[in-house]
Amino acid sequence: MNELLDPLILSRWQFGLTTIYHFLFVPLTIGLAVTVAIFQTAWVRTDKEKYLQLTRFFGKIFLINFAMGVVTGIVQEFQFGMNWSDYSRFVGDVFGAPLALEGLLAFFLEATFIGLWIFGWDRLPKKLHLASIWIAALGSVLSAYFIIAANAFMQNPVGFRINEVKGRAELTDIWALLTNKVALAAFPHTIFACFMVTAGLIIAAAAWHLYRNQHLETMRPALKFGLWMMVIAGGLTVLTGDQLGLAMVETQPMKMAAAEALYNTSTGAAASFSIFTLGTPDGTSELFSIRIPYLLSFLSTHTFDGTVEGINDLQAQYVQAYGPGDYTPTVWITYWAFRWMIALGMLHVLIAVAGLWLTRKGRDPKWRWMWRVAVWAFPLSLGAMIVGWIFTEMGRQPWIVFSLLKTSDAVSPGISGLDVLISLIAFTAVYGTLAVVEFRLIKKAIQKGPEAAPEPDPETGELQHAATVY
Amino acid sequence: MDLTILWFCIVGFLFVGYFVLDGFDFGVGMSLPFLGKDDTDRRVLINTIGPVWDLNETWVIVAGAALFAAFPEWYATLFSGFYLPLLLILIALILRGVSFEYRHQRPEKAWKARFDRMIVVGSAVPAFLWGVAFANIVQGVALDANHDYTGSVFDLLNPYALLGGATTLLLFFTHGVVFVSLKTDGDIRARARTLATRSGAVTIVVAAAFLVWTTLAYGSLLSAVFALVAALALVVSFLANLRGREGAAFALMAGTIGFAVLSLFASLFPDVMPASNDAANSLTIENASSSAYTLQIMSWVALIFLPLILAYQGFTYWIFRKRVTRAHIPVEAAH
Ligand code: HDD
Ligand code: HEM
Ligand code: HEM
Repeated sequence: MNELLDPLILSRWQFGLTTIYHFLFVPLTIGLAVTVAIFQTAWVRTDKEKYLQLTRFFGKIFLINFAMGVVTGIVQEFQFGMNWSDYSRFVGDVFGAPLALEGLLAFFLEATFIGLWIFGWDRLPKKLHLASIWIAALGSVLSAYFIIAANAFMQNPVGFRINEVKGRAELTDIWALLTNKVALAAFPHTIFACFMVTAGLIIAAAAWHLYRNQHLETMRPALKFGLWMMVIAGGLTVLTGDQLGLAMVETQPMKMAAAEALYNTSTGAAASFSIFTLGTPDGTSELFSIRIPYLLSFLSTHTFDGTVEGINDLQAQYVQAYGPGDYTPTVWITYWAFRWMIALGMLHVLIAVAGLWLTRKGRDPKWRWMWRVAVWAFPLSLGAMIVGWIFTEMGRQPWIVFSLLKTSDAVSPGISGLDVLISLIAFTAVYGTLAVVEFRLIKKAIQKGPEAAPEPDPETGELQHAATVY
Repeated sequence: MDLTILWFCIVGFLFVGYFVLDGFDFGVGMSLPFLGKDDTDRRVLINTIGPVWDLNETWVIVAGAALFAAFPEWYATLFSGFYLPLLLILIALILRGVSFEYRHQRPEKAWKARFDRMIVVGSAVPAFLWGVAFANIVQGVALDANHDYTGSVFDLLNPYALLGGATTLLLFFTHGVVFVSLKTDGDIRARARTLATRSGAVTIVVAAAFLVWTTLAYGSLLSAVFALVAALALVVSFLANLRGREGAAFALMAGTIGFAVLSLFASLFPDVMPASNDAANSLTIENASSSAYTLQIMSWVALIFLPLILAYQGFTYWIFRKRVTRAHIPVEAAH
């Protein structure tokens, strides 16, 4: 019973679930805002009807998705205080700043200009209306930067000092905080990953219609756009992921060791990258594995004879530095999450490359089932995104702020297990229900396909119906 | 000026902004069963706040983040201490937000009715609970030496706090109905005016009781002045509504809510979260605040960006200044 009502465990489950849920919507908000802005720019420039239709089509999906991003985001912000009050007390002086910057600089911008965009079709001059979607897109990218800078402080604390009297971290250098090398690497990696997810959605939507031979006029260019977006964003995600890996080895070597289930420090060929392991990854009962020699050494240090520290050595070092305790994250999670992120990512880049080849010069693929495969581009890319975050956050354990504060010391002392159980159940129920509704609505919007734009009112010249979307 | 005082004022300002702006969104949401005779009416009502409810709601996000950055101890104590009420507020805000977006997605009556109910509940619950929360802050709660709340959720539901909740509920309701009369035309506008008169009368009685109690029990000279201004504005707003001066009535309602919130903040000062059991455990603007460096950075950002934010939000309100009428609502849902 005590186990069941431990506020720490329950809070961790709640934070993990609600954050993952929030992040189901974030990639599309970021990626679709930019996509819609691009299609609308094409429309304003060329005046071609098909671009207006694409703008409105993806705009509608964007809006359905956006509402969920907003309402689940509020939960995120409140939770730091509700469930992690000792964490908030410890880092508030540092961590609060990027969060407040996010609100003041990004969220207001985004919320205001999205309102203008949705309701402004017939109220704003064309150019200003176009500018408002670009500004909203800028807002969403900015907000991602600030939140990732905040998260990077938890991975690699910089720009602070410890105030012993108050028992907390205090900001000493905001610039150092905002240019944290983990943030500089994680931000582009996350943004490009967001574009991959968006590309996945575009490909899936286009494939669904092309499979049925409908809306060819709009869906052919959409498919092309999505495929190229996937390939380019995919390439950039891999490149930035490589940089992120270097930063991670430097700042949290334990995470890389755990990602590889590497127990003993290894050099050169012995620092092999295992693609696949049967049995337990801890090496005690390995049945079968496929390994690429040197690759881990290269990933971690960019040299073929570099040394990669193992879990056992790091554990010993940490005990020396931080006192007795277990400093190893849950290895099977980090091991598989890291692999699945990369594998799923590669898989849908492959789908996209194949797609570009098969549809070159306006051809249709011979095999109809190809379209069905293409639809998987969306769930796969979203999956890669999620496991990437699970890897990052679980690989940081047992720390909540690496080397400074343990997760177990961060939970609110004043809340009871029952409180958290109630909230966990409430969030699960509400989020679960909404997920079903949301999924159906997006699916329906996609299946309905692009529609002809409304005619302007003959008397007033106003775009009828456009002003009242609700 | 001491930066902690400046930040106390900025946090106060952000909450004033939130309650004045999202306040009428809550009111419009709660007015659906009273003013929305048919689906077209209800769509008119929702569309009066359509372009702005999201940016209004963003004020609470920024207020929360400002609290976190400037007064981490206050943020931590408040949010963990009021765990279950805040959970209810969060759930309500989620349901309200998605309902705006979802209700028009399908034409069936039952589908729309379900989301209309969620809008009503999702508006009423936060409108009530924010009052309960702020009344409890002013009144003080039991805190231990680590500044953690030691009471139970039932201690939060004391008579003074419940009166506070009733006050915000009624204030926001009337505020929203006055907003409807300002933003619509025809029959619904007339009905909104009548409803505003009725709810305004009740609001005056309840709000006066709450402000007098606050002033007598917890007030300072400044808070008493603010309370008086709020009460005056409320009465004049009532009269303005009677005479059909919708713009003035709305502005005065905004003033009422703004000064009532300021009165609460003034009666708190220099505490931010008084401990009712032992004054030594109280959180003050001094012991709850961030370091001077953090406050300095934040001050620059706030002083540069807040005016800009007010400018572009003002622009939005100006763009959407026209009244929404039944003629604006397409006969067949466009979706
Ligand atoms: C579509 C999604 C996607 C794809 C295909 C990849 N990643 Fe990734 N990865 C993410 C999406 C992601 C993410 C957005 O989920 C994370 C979580 C935290 C972050 O900054 O990005 C992430 C984290 C993350 C981290 C952890 C950083 C840390 O914890 O400090 C590393 C080392 C990599 N990635 C490396 C790679 C490499 C080498 C990849 C390909 C070869 C790769 N990622 C593909
Ligand atoms: C959006 C993508 C993110 C996902 C999917 C994610 C996922 C998770 C998960 C699964 C946990 C639970 C780990 C555990 O069991 O301890 C967690 C914990 C946590 N994460 Fe994240 N996270 C994300 C981003 C962030 C960001 C950007 C921040 C900070 C701004 C953050 C702050 C935290 C905190 C405070 C905890 C709670 C303490 C802990 O258990 O480690 N997360 N997150
Ligand atoms: C755990 C940490 C997180 C917190 C505290 C948080 C907070 C929030 C909040 C309060 C909102 C609502 C904003 C509004 O009403 O306008 C929101 C939405 C959003 N968040 Fe998160 N978020 C977290 C994780 C992330 C991450 C990791 C990213 C990006 C990489 C992100 C990007 C966004 C975006 C793009 C939106 C879309 C809606 C909007 O900006 O209005 N969030 N988030």
